[in-house]
Amino acid sequence: MELTKRQQDILDGKEGDVKAKVMKTLIMYGETFGAPKMVDITGKYGHLVTSFGLSVMKPVYDLMDTLIEGGALSSQKFSVDPRPLEACVPKNLIQSIFFSVMYSKQADYDKQLKALGILSDDAYTCTCYMDEVGNIPNEGDILSWAESSAVVYANSVLGARCNRNSGILDLFGSIVGCVPYFGLLTDEGRKADWLIEVRTTSKPEAQLLGSAIGMKVMEDVPYITGLDKYFTALDDEAKAYLKDFGAATASNGAVGLYHIEGLTPEAMKQGRGLLKENFKTFIIDDSTLEATERSYPVIWKDKNATPKLAFIGCPHLSADQLDSWSDRIDQALRSSGRSKVAVKTVMTAAPAVMEKFKKSAKAKRLTDSGVVLSHICPLMYMNNPMCASMPVITCSNKLRTYTSAKYYKEEELLKIITGGAR
Amino acid sequence: MSSRVFKGRAVVKGNVSAEALVSKEGFNTLASYQHSLMFGDKTGKCSDQNNPDLYKQPMAGKALCMPQTIGSTTGGLVLYTAACMSRQPACLLFSKEIDSLAAAGAILADVWTENSMPTVDKLGEEFLAYVQSGDRITVSEDGTVTVDR
Repeated sequence: MELTKRQQDILDGKEGDVKAKVMKTLIMYGETFGAPKMVDITGKYGHLVTSFGLSVMKPVYDLMDTLIEGGALSSQKFSVDPRPLEACVPKNLIQSIFFSVMYSKQADYDKQLKALGILSDDAYTCTCYMDEVGNIPNEGDILSWAESSAVVYANSVLGARCNRNSGILDLFGSIVGCVPYFGLLTDEGRKADWLIEVRTTSKPEAQLLGSAIGMKVMEDVPYITGLDKYFTALDDEAKAYLKDFGAATASNGAVGLYHIEGLTPEAMKQGRGLLKENFKTFIIDDSTLEATERSYPVIWKDKNATPKLAFIGCPHLSADQLDSWSDRIDQALRSSGRSKVAVKTVMTAAPAVMEKFKKSAKAKRLTDSGVVLSHICPLMYMNNPMCASMPVITCSNKLRTYTSAKYYKEEELLKIITGGAR
Repeated sequence: MSSRVFKGRAVVKGNVSAEALVSKEGFNTLASYQHSLMFGDKTGKCSDQNNPDLYKQPMAGKALCMPQTIGSTTGGLVLYTAACMSRQPACLLFSKEIDSLAAAGAILADVWTENSMPTVDKLGEEFLAYVQSGDRITVSEDGTVTVDR
């Protein structure tokens, strides 16, 4: 691989042994994919996936100590995925004790992130690209991000350029200020392998559509038609839809970039010219999505158990989504003659998004109806035996994929949490 | 007993022999490893409910055969952590070109730990169609993979 003098100096240890090892790792990573060079990161901020102080992840925290002690700090500020816990989220005494043991490294890890270069004490969210958070890359920016849902959003909706980097390598890139040039950083790597024709009879559920496409194309780049009729512009509603859609493509597959005809930046400019010469075609209709949903296993012990908790907001909700959910819950509660939700419900969003929303009358209406507003990572909350054995429901396919939570479409979930329907 | 030889590319070089554990679908690293890493299961039992080939199967010390890995970008650090805790597969064998997350995990384990996982990719669809869980796998550092049954 061709290196600049600065890159070579780092590799030769002129900025310390630890940075040299960091550079060596990135070069091996790049050479695996035939990267001819390392390119400078041009995005203002980084984003890291590792946000949790899990006691069993000691090797990761030991590595962070090695970096800090070796002076290998991030050359750019960064945001990071959500914290796992917040006092307001429902839990019983046993769960509380379990959480305190399980996440006993949280305070220590928060200190490490501060030493390494976190943006602020509130920069914990998987949706760092929200206006309120402010980590919004420009089109064409080169990034060293991880978090599958953030990477696919940055590439597809914002037109930035980022590979699906792993946790740890996201930080490594930010430390040396460069990343190997391959894959989704290149024009060729951003061409579409698949033409996906969406022919459903109504606007498909974002999470189901993303799931079906992720399972089909795996790591390939899809070019999707048939969605532009549901959106007139890349406005807040479309962005929220694509956030949820992309998260599902990236958790049920390994999609790092998609193009939506008539909507996303590169599709707007290049249209079907983005399709590779020998692209494959896949048609999605109502039956495809029904089959996708049917394929989801339900791993509750009692498959007909009454739900005890509902999560909405994985990935974190946008301000627009909080607003919309508030209205829908209020309306549904009125229809069912209830003043409180029938199932304890937690809605999650970035701290900055949630703080702003909490000042609104709609937030008060929601909390008065028993909904908890939080900024945790539901996935981290669910990943322990105490919560895994609880009948938890969600409209997030990502949460369903990684936990025992049972998936429902948004309207079905709304009905359950507001009307007591099973 | 029959034996077949496949040639791939050695991403992380090494010689190893182990029993095959085969995922015909994409291997979701976080979903597969999260329970064993969190709850002290040294056998690395797979916790991915969506993967019928591997669900509840022990992965530590096995020759893990798959098309690619999928899912969360914690994938690489999960493999790195598994290697630090000696719960890693004996080797990683991919029918397709390795993906960025698995590559990160294999390289992190190689550069930063004592528990390297020899890794071979581009073994071809025929490899994945042929290999079965329980087969004896021998990996050579030049990327040759021998399947004995």
